[in-house]
Amino acid sequence: MDFGFTEEQTMLGDSLARMLERGADAAALFDLGAGAALIPEEAGGFGGGGADILVVFRTLGRAGAVTPLLDSVVLGAGILAAAGETDLAQAAAGGAARIAVALDEPGQRYDGVIRTTAADGRLTGEKSVVHGAEDATHLIVAATDGLYLVDAGAGGVTLRGYGLMDGGRAAELSLADAPARRIGDTALLDRPLAGAILALCSDALGVMERAVDLTTDYLRTRKQFGRPIGSFQAIQHRMADLLTEVEQARSAVWNLAGHLDGPDRDRHVAATKSLLGRVARQVAEETIQLHGGIGMTEEYELAPLARRLLAADARFGDSDHHLERFIAVSAA
Amino acid sequence: MDMSFSPEDQAFRAEVRQFLRDRLPERLSEKVRLFQELGKAEIEEWHAVLNEKGWLAGNWPREFGGAGWTAIQRHIFEEESALAHAPRVLPFGIAMLGPVLQKFGSRQQQDRFLPRILNGQDWWCQGYSEPGSGSDLASVKTTAVRDGDHYVVNGQKTWTTLGQHANWIFCLVRTDPAAKAQEGISFLLIDLTSPGITVRPIVLLDGNPEVNEVFFDDVRVPAENLVGEENKGWTYAKYLLTHERTNIAGVGFATAGLAALKRIARGQVSGGRPLIQNPLFAAHVARVEIDLMAMATTNLRMLAQAAAGQVPGAESSMLKLKGTQIRQAINDLTRRAVGPWALAFPSEALEGANDALPPGPPEAAAATRAYLNNRKLSIYGGSNEIQRGIIAKSLLGL
Ligand SMILES: Cc1cc2nc3c(=O)[nH]c(=O)nc-3n(C[C@H](O)[C@H](O)[C@H](O)COP(=O)(O)OP(=O)(O)OC[C@H]3O[C@@H](n4cnc5c(N)ncnc54)[C@H](O)[C@@H]3O)c2cc1C
Repeated sequence: MDFGFTEEQTMLGDSLARMLERGADAAALFDLGAGAALIPEEAGGFGGGGADILVVFRTLGRAGAVTPLLDSVVLGAGILAAAGETDLAQAAAGGAARIAVALDEPGQRYDGVIRTTAADGRLTGEKSVVHGAEDATHLIVAATDGLYLVDAGAGGVTLRGYGLMDGGRAAELSLADAPARRIGDTALLDRPLAGAILALCSDALGVMERAVDLTTDYLRTRKQFGRPIGSFQAIQHRMADLLTEVEQARSAVWNLAGHLDGPDRDRHVAATKSLLGRVARQVAEETIQLHGGIGMTEEYELAPLARRLLAADARFGDSDHHLERFIAVSAA
Repeated sequence: MDMSFSPEDQAFRAEVRQFLRDRLPERLSEKVRLFQELGKAEIEEWHAVLNEKGWLAGNWPREFGGAGWTAIQRHIFEEESALAHAPRVLPFGIAMLGPVLQKFGSRQQQDRFLPRILNGQDWWCQGYSEPGSGSDLASVKTTAVRDGDHYVVNGQKTWTTLGQHANWIFCLVRTDPAAKAQEGISFLLIDLTSPGITVRPIVLLDGNPEVNEVFFDDVRVPAENLVGEENKGWTYAKYLLTHERTNIAGVGFATAGLAALKRIARGQVSGGRPLIQNPLFAAHVARVEIDLMAMATTNLRMLAQAAAGQVPGAESSMLKLKGTQIRQAINDLTRRAVGPWALAFPSEALEGANDALPPGPPEAAAATRAYLNNRKLSIYGGSNEIQRGIIAKSLLGL
């Protein structure tokens, strides 16, 4: 049994971490090959497995880096590769193209109901919380009869953008007779979506690790009543509980990474996302609380981490949604 | 046992409800309902409406211009106000400083300051916490040194809520550096327009600059602004803290929040039906509702004790602890109810700067804002960890 990473994976993670420390931008990450590491060789990459995704995204989460890698590469290039659109997949993995994936529709919460329709190569419908849509060169849109590729600059495409809790941006997308090309069935989404959920959970794991470190350091240095607040047993026990939950989250992420391409994938997706969502919320709330007032300020490093953890729960189905999925998958 | 309100109290509730129906502008209640920041003028407007009716200071005796309400009446007013989404009465002048001046202030201070609190001429803020003194409040370091008929104040306060609107601040300052922590503290009233004061906003994680840092650099404060005796400030501060703890349970806010949660969950879908019918989600909501029903009665039992003349003790710590847990649980469920809408960061501060209107119904953005902002409930007013310590020590003798 081996819970470790290959030498290449470890090296990629290390160089990524060093670059992010120096404030690398998205272009630099693509140059390093962070994108190519997330798609398989058949599609021109050199990875795309569970461990590759885990290493890259946990590192991004620890650094608090906001990047297009999840949406444009794991999800976007992943779908394109599965659809045999190898050139565009490769361009996305290399950073030359930006893909945004538009699945959910407004007011459907996590039900995934799709009403967007295609007629004569044109799409009409509304899509909600489309991550990275404003920067995209191409949109992949789920319609009632399959997946479509839309040029982001095409007529009939309207975006209304806003900021996200995770530091990125998304948009409400309106399609009115927008020219589109069908690239395949919605079943093509399965593996890329599972990969994206692993990416999100790995990112959240990195964020949790950072938040716990930050809090531990603070508890060591912050003094009240003449002693470090970390010396109060009530606080020690809270942190011990939290660390134990994060250890559980770590194993849950490993579980999914190890089963991403196995027969039990759906069960592990549901289990991991449910556990991560719950623990992410707990880490966000507890680390703020144990900091006191400073934990609530925008100036301090914790606030964006906490918001990112809340976003991790809210995306791709929250902890309750995946708890129900787990029950359904296990019963089947 | 008879758990119903007396006929007088029921009549009072009806009167409050009617008043709120007649006088609370929808312009204000809509903002409160949607957890949007009220401007200074809007808060002052509501204070003025209440003051005209004689209801601004429910906790003050009539001789000082208050309504002289019983604890039960105050509870009824607060509950009805929350249910009607009325702006909350700012606690700093009314709930905190007023009672201290009435008990410990000089006649001259009472005459000078109390009417100005009621008529809105002064906006007070609370200058207790410092960067190094939060839970351990008795360690405050801001100094006040007597110089003739003035004190010269140096130091820094922080977390001063709405200090950006205030023209006065009541402060705990150190007047005897040699004395034991609690014994060298005085309670000083400081005009924020005095030379040497700088107020700097602090942006919180919901994007709003709700609190401030206040810096004092050789600020000269007339000695007549000392409340009570020098070095007795800790006693006054503790008295104030017990007053801060009225309405500490926030039953009205929780009740209003629960109703909003149910409304939102009825409008959201899960598995093709309203979210409120999802057994898992319905169980979360039911659990918090059951907690709230019990806590509301805990609150009334303690109010009844207060009405019978008992001084509120460490029991109020249980109300603070459970009350804030329930409110935060409601905030959490409401945010989760709106699902992917909760991915948006609806920062009003940022919204002003660009056209980044968050998606979904306005209740969705409100849910995120309320959740983020109400993290404070378990931190301020004596953190929940400090409350647990008090419960263990005072009630259990551990
Ligand atoms: C939004 C907001 C508004 C505020 N408004 C005001 C205001 O208007 N005026 C004002 O004076 N103050 C205000 N405060 C300050 C508030 O009272 C303090 O934040 C609070 O007292 C906690 O202090 P601290 O933030 O320094 O945290 P710390 O005291 O440093 O505490 C950090 C953590 O350690 C825990 N802790 C501390 N001591 C112990 C112990 N002995 N045992 C176990 N755990 C412990 C705390 O519970 C907390 O979790 C406000 C705070 C906030 C967040």
